[in-house]
Amino acid sequence: MRQVLYDISTVFWRDWLVLKRRMVKFILSRMVAPLLYLVAFGWGLGRSIQVESGSYLDFLVPGILALNSMNISFNSITPVHAERVYHKSLEEYILAPIWPEAFVIGKVLASVLRGLISSAIIFLLAGAFGAHMNLSPLFLLVLVLNCAIFAEIGFLAAMKLSTYEAMAQVNTYILLPMSFLCGTFFKTAALPEGIRFVIELLPLTHTSCLLRALALGEALPYVSLLVLTAYALVCFWLGRRAFRQLTL
Amino acid sequence: MIEIKSLVKKFPHKNKQGQETYKIAVEGLSLSIGEGEVFGLLGPNGAGKTTTIRMLTMQTKATSGSIFYNGMELESHELELKSLIGVVPQHVNFDQDLTVEENMELHARLHHIPAADRKCRIDELLAYVELSEVVNDGVRRLSGGMKRRLLIARALLHKPRILFMDEPTVALDPQVRRKIWDLVRQLAVGGVTVFLTTHYIEEAEALCDRVAILNKGKLVAVDSPAHLRDNFQEANLEEVFLKLTEEKA
Repeated sequence: MRQVLYDISTVFWRDWLVLKRRMVKFILSRMVAPLLYLVAFGWGLGRSIQVESGSYLDFLVPGILALNSMNISFNSITPVHAERVYHKSLEEYILAPIWPEAFVIGKVLASVLRGLISSAIIFLLAGAFGAHMNLSPLFLLVLVLNCAIFAEIGFLAAMKLSTYEAMAQVNTYILLPMSFLCGTFFKTAALPEGIRFVIELLPLTHTSCLLRALALGEALPYVSLLVLTAYALVCFWLGRRAFRQLTL
Repeated sequence: MIEIKSLVKKFPHKNKQGQETYKIAVEGLSLSIGEGEVFGLLGPNGAGKTTTIRMLTMQTKATSGSIFYNGMELESHELELKSLIGVVPQHVNFDQDLTVEENMELHARLHHIPAADRKCRIDELLAYVELSEVVNDGVRRLSGGMKRRLLIARALLHKPRILFMDEPTVALDPQVRRKIWDLVRQLAVGGVTVFLTTHYIEEAEALCDRVAILNKGKLVAVDSPAHLRDNFQEANLEEVFLKLTEEKA
């Protein structure tokens, strides 16, 4: 067990080294999208929208946190694809005497960290825009779960897909529709029943629901917490299996 | 040291009619290699040399057959045996986001070299391959020869008992090639088993205690270069190689 933890820290160390070197660039680039969302949907469109909870900005920020942490975690792990397909540097981990689980967990944790830094930036920006929300350890846990799920999905895609184009298509066909439809900008109750059924199967919907309930002090949908945990476990298992299959 | 028994590797393949079938990359390979031996695997392009190295280094699984290191079966002692082997790949596979030293440190950490020994070992090996000057440079900035020397230094960092070298001197100038030959000889004197593949027959002749010649995945000869020359009554190993691979082609 001690050895596995050491190997996880090694994999994480490599990503931390790269992140540290690019921290300023990373933070600045992560401010752009949330600022646009806050200005366009919070100030612009938001002033003419009334929601049950009062301010649309307060309603919006948990959704932006959900979608942004999804995007950052997914995209932070996708360089593993280039390491596998183009640079072949993944071989270094395959040849090393480490458990495959250590590699997957180390990479996922590094992406979770990036997702959390990015979320902290949004939280500060939202405060500057006048948004109010309750923060709690559970709120942080939901964010971590969301980051982990999408980092694991990114890892799985990086192990399975063979081209950059295919990786970009995951963004276009999976992440982009989820960004807009999974309860980030409006409640899923507004959607037709058939579409709503599909949308409510997706993890981002549950993250949005949970973060919003926690931020606005509403009743907590515990089922969503179970759904996210199940997603995190299943996606980890699939990622680990895909990594092992590289040596078949 | 290394025992290979009836090793087979098949890859999924579509034939001319578009039907799913298999392509046999390595067929029934059996070899025995001793400690401190420099063993060369020769063969024309597509003979199965790299596939063999990939199976021996656990980068791909054999379809059938078995591999033993020091009597331990590879399948059941994977992590233990990974500590024993070092690999110099045919292609450059450094982490492009890291410097020379960081690439070495990543390898050291992945192979559980104690923190107290890491720096000293890295410095020692970089000096050995004459790369101390570029320790803080990004690996992207190194020349082809420097990259190959760094690949060798990295593979030696955890003091492997078996070193696999896949075309270690490909596209290198004669000076660098000679340096790598000297290094291989020194390693063998130190008891390291070296398993190398090469396209350069003169390299195999100069370096290897024994060579195996593969053709279309099958072993067609294995012996010392001198015995092969005598047995086939040829002046050099290249003629033996051509005779065996052309006749069987």
